[in-house]
Formats: sequence, C-alpha cells, structure tokens
Amino acid sequence: MGEVTFLEVSKRFSLRVDGEVHHVQALDRVSFTVNDGEIVALIGPSGCGKTTALRVAMGLDPSTGGRVTVDGREVNGCGYDRGMVFQHAELLPWLSALQNVMFGLEMKGVRGAPLHETAEKYLHLVGLKDSQNRRPHQLSGGMKQRVGIARALAIDPKVLLMDEPFGALDAQTRETLQAELLDIHARTGKTILFVTHDLDEAVLIADRIVIMKNGRVQEIMNVPLKRPRPDLGLVRGTPEFAATRYKVWRAIYDGAALH
Amino acid sequence: MVDIANRQEKAAAAPETAERLPGWVITLASIAVVVILWEIFGRRVNPVFGSYPSAIAQAFWELAITGQLWLALYDSLRPFLLGYALAILIGVPLGLLIGGFRVAEAALGIYVTAGYAMPLVALVPLLILWLGLGFAVKVAIVFLMALFPICINTWLGVVAVPKTLIEVGKSFVAPDIVILRRIVLPATLPYIMAGIRLAVGRAVVAMVIAEFFTTISGLGAVIINSANNFDTATMFVPIILLMLMAVGLNWLIGYVERIVAPWQAEIAGRDRE
Repeated sequence: MGEVTFLEVSKRFSLRVDGEVHHVQALDRVSFTVNDGEIVALIGPSGCGKTTALRVAMGLDPSTGGRVTVDGREVNGCGYDRGMVFQHAELLPWLSALQNVMFGLEMKGVRGAPLHETAEKYLHLVGLKDSQNRRPHQLSGGMKQRVGIARALAIDPKVLLMDEPFGALDAQTRETLQAELLDIHARTGKTILFVTHDLDEAVLIADRIVIMKNGRVQEIMNVPLKRPRPDLGLVRGTPEFAATRYKVWRAIYDGAALH
Repeated sequence: MVDIANRQEKAAAAPETAERLPGWVITLASIAVVVILWEIFGRRVNPVFGSYPSAIAQAFWELAITGQLWLALYDSLRPFLLGYALAILIGVPLGLLIGGFRVAEAALGIYVTAGYAMPLVALVPLLILWLGLGFAVKVAIVFLMALFPICINTWLGVVAVPKTLIEVGKSFVAPDIVILRRIVLPATLPYIMAGIRLAVGRAVVAMVIAEFFTTISGLGAVIINSANNFDTATMFVPIILLMLMAVGLNWLIGYVERIVAPWQAEIAGRDRE
C-alpha cells in the first residue's frame, strides 16, 4: 500500500523585505490524492508551490494548516514510508555510490550482510552495478541521479517523492532516465509523486497531472495513455499524447493569462 | 579549416607545457633566486645589522655539531606539540558544537570571536602567575594561540555545509548527532584542515613568545643569547629552522588531508600532481 492524501494543506511563509514583513501563501488548501501504485505529476509555473507541497509531504517542512496522510497515518516529520529523490541527487561526496545507497539503509538500522546485498541490489536495479565504487564526482549527472533513486528505493518506502529529478540533466539523459523510471515503477509498483516543470515529462510518465497555480490546485487531469509504456518514443507519436500535452499547456497558460 | 584547427591545437599546447613544469621545481628555483640575492646583498651589510646565507649555514653547522641546536629544538617541540595537539583536540569539537547548535553559537560564539583577537602577549604575565614559569605555561600559551583559528574555521565550515545535504540525513530520519557525525563532520573536514594549517604559524609564534617571556629556553633562548652577543648569523639559525619546521608541518597536514579527505582534492581537480 502507499496512498498519499493531501487534505486542505496550507503553508504560510513570512519574509522581511526592506523592513516590512510579507506573508507568502505558498500553499492554499491543497487537496488531492495519489492512489496506491499511481504516478502523479505536480506541475505549474515556478513559485506555484509544487516543491513546497512535496517537501510538506516528505516532512521536511511543516504545514501551517491541514494535513498529509500516507495510508491514513498523518505525516509528522520524515519517515521510512517515504523516500525522497532530490533535485540534484545530493549524494554525499565522500562516499562511493554503493556507500551512498548504504547510508539510508544504515539509518534505517540495516546491518551486516543484508546491508551490502540490498544496496547492491538497488544499484543493479538502476543499472550501476559496475560503477558502485566510484565517488559522486566520478559519475555523470545521470548516474548521480540513478544513485539518488537507488538510495531512496533501497529503504523500501511506500511512496517515492521526487523533486524535479531530471530537471538538471541534458535532453538525452533525461529521456533515458524517464524510461528507466517507468521500468522501475513497473517492477516495484511504488507510488510516485514527482514535481516537474516539463510538460512532456509530466504527460509521458504520470497517470494524473496536478496543475498548481499560486499555491492552489488549479486542475487535476487524467492522462489517457495506457500502461506499460515501454517505448516513450512511440508514446510521443500518439494523438493522445499530443492532445493531453496541449490540454495541460492550455490549462497552465490560460491560468496565467487570467492574472 | 584544417589549418585553423591545427593552429588552435598548437595554441592550446603551448601553455600546457608550462603547466607541466612540476611545482617543486618552480619552488626550488624561487628559493635559489632569493638565497643568491640575499647572499650578494647580505655581504655588504655590517654583520651586526644583518647576515647572509653562507654565514648562517656556518653558524648552523657549529650549533648542530655541538648538539646545542637539537637539545634546544627538543626543548621547544615538547610544549609546542602538546599545546598544538590540545588545540586540535578541543578546537574541533568546540567548533562543531558552536556551528551545529544555535544555542551553543549564541552562548559561546562571542567568546571565540573575541578570543581570536585576544592580545595574548599582554596576558602572559597573568598566565605566569597562574601556571608558573615552566612547561605548563608554555603549553598554555601555544594552546591559546592555536585554539581559535582551528575553532573558528571548524565553526565556519559547519555553517557552510549545504542545507540539502543535511536534509538528506533528515529524510532518512537520522538523529541530530548522527547527522553531525556522518554528514556535517566529513563535509567540514576541508575547513578543519585549513584551520589546523593556519594554526601552525600562530603556534610557532606562540612558542617563541613563551620562551622569551617565561623561562628562557629552547630555540627562543638561542635567539636571545646570540642577539645579546651581537651574533646575528647564529640568531638566524633557529628562526630559519622554525620557518622550515612550519613549512614541513604544513606539508604534512596537506598530506594527511589528502588521506582523510581525498574527495576534496579530486573535486577541485588537484589529484593529478
């Protein structure tokens, strides 16, 4: 199981700008559900609150109203039921790829032979068996993010939370990793909530797309593309992809035009 | 097109060969130039007011064969090494504590910042009243001079740790103390090593101050005695020995740094030399 529910989640920041206190409503009564095994994309213009929503779900930032639940249990801080994939992988530079994956497992209390075996298993899953002893700076951007994904998956969370995981990668690497993420999803069945600003990525990967605007959920859209999607190149050529992409684009830019 | 490409290759190759000259060759050449110039101009100066390399070398030889120099060095090194080691042992955890915890920073940070600027020489008489004229006061003076740069650098290093790395620890529900040990400490290591390096110079100065103002002993005594005899060449021997010692220690610390924090040199691209 791995069902994430946002219930009227709000988040207010206070900033001091030139001596004046400004209040920023980063999230305004955000409600939506990510069903078990589903992939949901959070998309919207920068500053719309999509990353804040993800961080609240992870427990890195507290909400100022409402609540997030995972399988009915309220989120209160970080937990092993959620695994976070950071925007720039954020590997620990002094540890090898394998040790980085082991880090999360060690924190979870895994010791001895299972520690090593589990970490190797997940590095294998992301296709990095041969590079396990390299340190992060000896890995390419795409490889780093693969390690980041393996690290999050290794603790066997119910939900994978991803913050623009492929945003910093070049186009080709991004497409490879998108396909690999779908493959990993097909094999593990994890629930995935990911933030992106890439329309194509949202449509290619997600089952549903949550479009955010000014801290609110503007629209939730179904992606009428069947799973599995083994060849994303073919998916790009389908009329459903084009139509959905256009609908999401309209929703974002019409929303912008209103303001 | 081919011609342009060739020329560009040549242009790129030219600075390459200059960069290939090993660093130590350049250093040795630089030392040779300074020593030769000093020798040439130093000989023209009255030997009371100045000295020159060959005279210093001769004085060095005389001090060395009588064993006087090595006894003095041993006398100096004991309080130096103990005070310096204590400064590392206390300065690093203190810096981690101040950098890692808001309350500690607010409560203790101000003493460390102020302590760094403390005019230690002025406090030596007081330290003598507390600790006497012997070994303990010398250790204390070296310790107090070396402590603050180590502590402040560690503190700054902790503050500079990227927030996202700490969030990696948090996302795996690591307790604060584990985050401090497994993430903050390794991320801070390059800063700690820089602090330990900066402290070498201060510790050497502190050692000589201690030998001047408490019981006159060690290399400081050699300096004072030869200065009193207007034997300038001999006076330079311990000074140069101390400077060499600082350079040697610096190199040693750099070597240790490459062992304990190899990723740092690799990231900066300094690992090929």
